[in-house]
Amino acid sequence: MISYTFQFGAVFAAFDTLLLGAWLTIRLTALSVLLGLAIAVLCAYARMNGPRWAGLLVRVYVELIRNTPLLVQLFFVFFALPMAGVRFTPDEAALLTMATNLGAYASEILRAGVEAVPRAQIEAGEALGLRPVQVFRFIIFRPALRTVFPALASQFVLLLLGSAVVSAVSAEELTSAANVLQSRTFRAFEVYAVVLGIYLVMATLFRLAFRVAYHALFERGRA
Amino acid sequence: MRPFGPTELFFIIAALRWTAALSLGALLLGGIGGVLVAVARVQPARWLRWIAIGFIELFQDTPLLLQLFVAFFGLGIIGINVDAWTAAMIALSLHTAAFLGEIWRGSLEAIPATQWEASRALSLTWVQTLRLVIMPQAARISVAPTVGFLVQLIKGTSVTALIGFLEITRAGQLVSNVTLQPFTVYSVVAGLYVLLCWPLSFASQRLESRLSISTRRTEPRAA
Repeated sequence: MISYTFQFGAVFAAFDTLLLGAWLTIRLTALSVLLGLAIAVLCAYARMNGPRWAGLLVRVYVELIRNTPLLVQLFFVFFALPMAGVRFTPDEAALLTMATNLGAYASEILRAGVEAVPRAQIEAGEALGLRPVQVFRFIIFRPALRTVFPALASQFVLLLLGSAVVSAVSAEELTSAANVLQSRTFRAFEVYAVVLGIYLVMATLFRLAFRVAYHALFERGRA
Repeated sequence: MRPFGPTELFFIIAALRWTAALSLGALLLGGIGGVLVAVARVQPARWLRWIAIGFIELFQDTPLLLQLFVAFFGLGIIGINVDAWTAAMIALSLHTAAFLGEIWRGSLEAIPATQWEASRALSLTWVQTLRLVIMPQAARISVAPTVGFLVQLIKGTSVTALIGFLEITRAGQLVSNVTLQPFTVYSVVAGLYVLLCWPLSFASQRLESRLSISTRRTEPRAA
């Protein structure tokens, strides 16, 4: 029989530490996305226009990242790389792991977007006398971004949710904050249920924000 | 401190069966749940559709790790004594049900409405139409993304290491702690994941490109 009294009071008393953790999760994810996108652009470019060996290197990187868990990647960066003389704080390890992870997924998404632009449209642009920069901007970049925007947005949310595992090396974010609060209050269920709700709210808000951004960027003024 | 020898290597390899057992178990239970969720999403009763939507949103917009924590700590409260294995199975199965449900819903809805209308004209019932007309066609579309999700599931089982369940990531942690050779250990662990996941990723991509060619031939669509 149920003989348990739920006590959410202890959790809400420390709600500000959870909010701080949520803010750190958002900051960590946003930074990872910026870094990861930079990696992705470089990789997508190398794979499409670079020399053969660079393309091959990118493929190995992408397959390695996409076929191993984020947690194992994190352990590798945090525990294994120091053996090779590179040492990171938990936060740095988390950022590096997440950025590398996103870079692999995003480079594939970007490549798919650019490859979806029909060759004939680029030729048409050239025939109309557009300069290469204009061709890139209006014919390749914007339509490609429009194609891949939903996929990138959902990858962003996946990273936001995946970031929970970096608590395993005590990087400072929401799940770590939850772990600390849990060990202080012994209210494991209440703490994790509330934190689950915070992630739900964050993910939903981000999905909404991306949808609004998509409309503002690509569908304004169109029927 | 112990050297990293055959015994240690075998310990990690032996833990593979738990990664495999978790993945297969969650695929089976989550697959059954996924069918229920997908059918609930396309059937006519609105309230049932909303429950299915809520279920999918809840599991797709929260971290797997937190789902695992809530299952692990929450079920203990209502008097069911759960070990790490049970908690992992429950969380992963529900997680899988939500993702497969969403994938399969998409496949069911991708079948043109004319198929429903034609079946109605032939006086098939709703259940007959779904079972004999819609599902066989939807199954073909859903194979590639389903195999793709399987990769995500196998990688996902790694987070059960954080509640102490002994699969390969946890085995890697333990071996790394006694041998102090994280570089070797986590390379082996990552290699095993690649061995499990890469063939599936490859198959998924192959199936996808083959399907997109065959569907393009039969029904050209203006994108």
